[in-house]
Amino acid sequence: MPRGTSSSVLLPDAPPPASAGVLRFEHVSVAFDDVPALQDVSFEVRQAETRIILGAAGSGKTVLLKTALGLVQPQSGSVHVFGQDITRMTEQQLFGIRSKLGMLFQESALFDSLTIEENVAYPLVNQKAIQCPIEDVSKRVREALRFVELEHTLSRFPSELSGGMRRRVAIARAVVTTPPLLLYDSPTAGLDPITAHTIMALIIKERDLSKIATLIVTHRYQDGALMANFRYNPDNGKLEPARGVGNNITRTTKFLVLREGRLVFEGTQAELEASTDAYISKFRKQSGG
Amino acid sequence: MALLEVVTGPILAVQEFYLLAGRALRNMFREPHYSDDIVLQMDNIGVGSLPIVVMTGFFSGAVMALQLARALAQWGQTGKVGTAVSITLVRELGPALTSLMVAGRNASGMASEIGSMKVTEQIDAMRALGTDPIQKLVTPRLIATCVVLPLLTIIADFVGVFGGYVVAAGMLDVNGRQYWTSVWQALGWDDVTQGLLKPFVFAFVIALVGCYYGLRASGGTQGVGRATTQAMVAASVLIFVLTFFLTRIFTSQLVSAS
Ligand SMILES: Nc1ncnc2c1ncn2[C@@H]1O[C@H](COP(=O)(O)OP(=O)(O)OP(=O)(O)O)[C@@H](O)[C@H]1O
Ligand SMILES: [Mg+2]
Repeated sequence: MPRGTSSSVLLPDAPPPASAGVLRFEHVSVAFDDVPALQDVSFEVRQAETRIILGAAGSGKTVLLKTALGLVQPQSGSVHVFGQDITRMTEQQLFGIRSKLGMLFQESALFDSLTIEENVAYPLVNQKAIQCPIEDVSKRVREALRFVELEHTLSRFPSELSGGMRRRVAIARAVVTTPPLLLYDSPTAGLDPITAHTIMALIIKERDLSKIATLIVTHRYQDGALMANFRYNPDNGKLEPARGVGNNITRTTKFLVLREGRLVFEGTQAELEASTDAYISKFRKQSGG
Repeated sequence: MALLEVVTGPILAVQEFYLLAGRALRNMFREPHYSDDIVLQMDNIGVGSLPIVVMTGFFSGAVMALQLARALAQWGQTGKVGTAVSITLVRELGPALTSLMVAGRNASGMASEIGSMKVTEQIDAMRALGTDPIQKLVTPRLIATCVVLPLLTIIADFVGVFGGYVVAAGMLDVNGRQYWTSVWQALGWDDVTQGLLKPFVFAFVIALVGCYYGLRASGGTQGVGRATTQAMVAASVLIFVLTFFLTRIFTSQLVSAS
């Protein structure tokens, strides 16, 4: 989909230096009622880079994404988004930052009481920093829904769609504001292989068309392998192996492995495959080939 | 540790509740205002509760007339039944019963609605997409309840007095004109103030308790069910407790004034 001018979504007081990381965690620890969910997590993501987050159920993957959005406050450490420390921001200040992030929630989190069209329009209408003229909203909503091939569902309600369709609508809602950082929480969980592949193709398409930073939580190693080795070909609209000269994708796609709230691995696919750690190698075995 | 939690748990809960109340109130004077949501909630709470409020109002008035007529008959004052019915209804029963009905219907409704949004991450999504859930969900419900509950109480009072009239005129052979005259003569301004201030206070209780339990819900659909029941129980109990204290304040004022 066509990208809007990025200046419209940036805070006036935050000129991001070109080299600055899009997202940086520094020794972040999160606990709920003294039960740790994240412990001393540090990593950095730069523009157009991808991070695949793997980890067992309950290892803190969702909490990590929510911390990046400022939905969860860390007990210690700091989170920097586009060069700004969001750890001590008020909710009002956070709204400005969040308009630069798109998030796909694990259970889609579409608003039950709103139609698909209203759901996708929601960030355009409600985020002050977006400043989308009201007459453009409907056009951009249609574009975003066309991107996920669900244009015909405009006036339906989320409860009338299948799980996979809801996931795609939620992706449309996450990308409609053309944010420079996208967070996907388990986009393929519980879906059949064909729908799962369609959704991964959408995510790769979004990454390659707009050179944005992507964080993706997944249970399926092959999702990560796909992100690390394939690119979107705008000429024929298909995925193709990203081999050969200038293959940045494999280099800029890194895997993070979480274990009980701790970051136990960060590296490329080759490094992950070479790991002998029992916990880490478990994730690559489930790929089945 | 566990002992400490027994003490700190409720204190933290009360603190959280006050924080929510403070933020919901502050948002009343802050952009953006979701007037569509306010109208929607007024319709839901007001129009939706009208049938049960009318029913309870009518029958509580009728029952009061039956009971009080028997008591008054001992002194041969059955004709004063209008006085007794109107005072008990306007001062106590109208506000309390209406609020209890609305608490049963709407405090639980708010808790389940907001609770399911909470457990399906819709509240998080709201925050992620630039809206304050308190501004969008709590404040409109609070405003709507505060406007609608006193109105519902007035309706319940009228219907209740009418229910008393039906019993008095139909079953007790009280003269209809005498009944209505005694109703009007019995009511003073302080009864009306008291009768309208109570539902206004209860409106805060219903809306804030319902939203509070909804926003606190966790643990899937089971958690939503728990939040729903807790909200209804807490709101009803608080209404009873507050009725006592508000009545105490009003009666002591009267004593000191006279
Ligand atoms: N709001 C919360 N309140 C209390 N505990 C929480 C909350 N959110 C997460 N946790 C706890 O934090 C830990 C990590 O949860 P998280 O949701 O991040 O897991 P996950 O890695 O996303 O798992 P899954 O793969 O099942 O989605 C869990 O033990 C969970 O119980
Ligand atoms: Mg999760």
